Amino acid sequence: MDPNKKSLLKNDGFQSFLSSIVCILLGLLIGYIVLLFINPAGATKAILVIIKNFLKYPSYQAAMKYLGSTLVKAAPLLLCSLSVLFSYKTGLFNIGAAGQYAIGAGLCLYCALALRLPWFVCIVAAMLGGALLGVISGILKAFCNVNEVISGIMLNWISLYVVNMMLTPVKEESSHYTMNIANVNKDALLPSLGLNALFANNQYVTLALPLSVICAIVIFIILEKTKLGFELRATGLNKDAAKYSGMAEKSNTVLTLAIGGALAALGASLFYLSGYEQWSVTSSSVPAMGFNGIAAAFLGGLSPVGAIFSSFFIQHITEGGAYVDKTMYCSQISDLISSIIIYLCGFVLFMKHFMNNMLQKSENKKALKAASENKEGGEE
Amino acid sequence: MTLLIQYTLLYASVLILVALGGCFSEHSGIINLGLEGIMVIGAMGGALTLKALGDFPAVVIIIATVLAAAICGMIYSMLLAVACIYFKSDQTIIGTAMNILGTALATVIVKAINISNNPDDVSSNVQYIQGKKALVFSVGDFRLNHFMIITFILLVVSYILLYKTRFGLRLMACGEHPQAADSVGINVYTMRLKGVLISGILGGIGGIAYITAGVSEWKFENGVAGFGFLALAVMIFGQWKPHRIALAALLFGCFRALSNVYSGLDFLTSLNLSSTIYNMMPYIISLIILALTSGNSRAPKAEGIPYEKGKR
Repeated sequence: MDPNKKSLLKNDGFQSFLSSIVCILLGLLIGYIVLLFINPAGATKAILVIIKNFLKYPSYQAAMKYLGSTLVKAAPLLLCSLSVLFSYKTGLFNIGAAGQYAIGAGLCLYCALALRLPWFVCIVAAMLGGALLGVISGILKAFCNVNEVISGIMLNWISLYVVNMMLTPVKEESSHYTMNIANVNKDALLPSLGLNALFANNQYVTLALPLSVICAIVIFIILEKTKLGFELRATGLNKDAAKYSGMAEKSNTVLTLAIGGALAALGASLFYLSGYEQWSVTSSSVPAMGFNGIAAAFLGGLSPVGAIFSSFFIQHITEGGAYVDKTMYCSQISDLISSIIIYLCGFVLFMKHFMNNMLQKSENKKALKAASENKEGGEE
Repeated sequence: MTLLIQYTLLYASVLILVALGGCFSEHSGIINLGLEGIMVIGAMGGALTLKALGDFPAVVIIIATVLAAAICGMIYSMLLAVACIYFKSDQTIIGTAMNILGTALATVIVKAINISNNPDDVSSNVQYIQGKKALVFSVGDFRLNHFMIITFILLVVSYILLYKTRFGLRLMACGEHPQAADSVGINVYTMRLKGVLISGILGGIGGIAYITAGVSEWKFENGVAGFGFLALAVMIFGQWKPHRIALAALLFGCFRALSNVYSGLDFLTSLNLSSTIYNMMPYIISLIILALTSGNSRAPKAEGIPYEKGKR
């Protein structure tokens, strides 16, 4: 018997990892079946294109460049997923991440384009805006007993319209997109720290990448190693017990959502201040980033470190979806796959339970066997 | 003014249908946050039927469309039922996943149909304008919609079903105290399954009623724009009671209608507000109302908690 192997399978982190892999494989399989239904001729090619994404470029330079683009979008996704998982640890489902992301985008672009402020001021403004939205949800939850999911959705739509209104003065005259930061206020662009050289001079690769990873580590430390993190997790596990042992569960609720909101808004500012994309002031739907953040958070097993990888993966297949053959399929097929993955993540608890049961059974068998052998040995 | 009343009734009937759906599910003990996804899938089923039956007599079209929407919604709600009743998954995650999945799935299917008909057609619309004419009728100046009648019937049926039948009382027992219900021989799992499936049926019909309320053809990429959650707000404001839900829906429907018709009302155009304000209005109003009324909520006591037989 190998004792190391046994302890690995029993390890909670490893079980989460296994469950996530199962979710991904099943998600891809179901996506493939849907593709087969739509048009069997190109299905295999299409699913491979989605999985490959930037790897489809033969030249190293091009592949690195598009890897850079995927990473540029994975950074805000990571922050959105941190926002979701941080709140979830306190038992709150921050579906408002999408609206906090929108407000973050709106405030940072307004500060950059209308007020001509430097990038770090824009980031701070965005984070304050996101935190404010979080505080509204938190107060409604703690003091008015409003389900944070419903208030979050309402705030998502309100903030979408507010941002559209706020950014209308700074849009290009000929289109409905906001002005390009590079033409208006170069100081508002995030510094690249020379990182772009690594990705075939992709100018959008900036400080955002290391910063988002640092945020993940900071969130990990806050949750696992500080008094605040302990209180938050305790509140999430049993609100009444936390209150009974003297933790301020109401202010913890507000604080959690405020931090969550600030994280999502930080993600938005890191993305829009790289200049990769402009905000369309006629947007009629809430940014998908916040919802993908939910997928990434659960796929990463609700751990900040896991979220780094899961965010990259979700963004990877989302980008890959853009490359499918448009004469047969549409790019939403990758949204379909990631939503199936979220759905399957709902079963993670069951999968872990199943694994533990299997382990328990095999152990019981072994114990019985050992006992009977011992007995035989005793009789001799 | 007639236009305002017309749209208020239209949106109110959608809200009543979907909120009643939420009401059945929650009375059985399952929080249905996936109503938005159910609406999209129901709408897709209904819209495709409308398109296919374009030239049939009106009665056939109405019955077939409502049935198709109801069946699609019901089948889709199985996703929630299986995961949350039998596998005891987190109802919030599953509901959220269903909302995202609903929009993605409907878009993929509708686009696939459009592309196979014409490779250059990348829109996510279903051409149901022809069939839609069957759904509308006029009484004097009012242009009414058959969904209003269907909604009224379903509202009365729901009230009777919940409060006057054995089924309804048992259903509510499962949402209030499932252990007690189980101890007198009610199968909690089956009751919850029925509750969720009924909510799927009502949500599906609500979906097709919603997308046919607008003037233009609905783009499935947009989902249903938070309408499922507005319905949940209506349900909470209506304290999980069908008759109160109907009144709440009229109030919310009125604010939603304003964003469609404000330009036709003189006293509103004289205020000179941007159209965005009217778009935000229903969401802001519902937040305020929720904040004021959720304090003493009459939510079913056991909602959101998976039922386990052996647990105390």
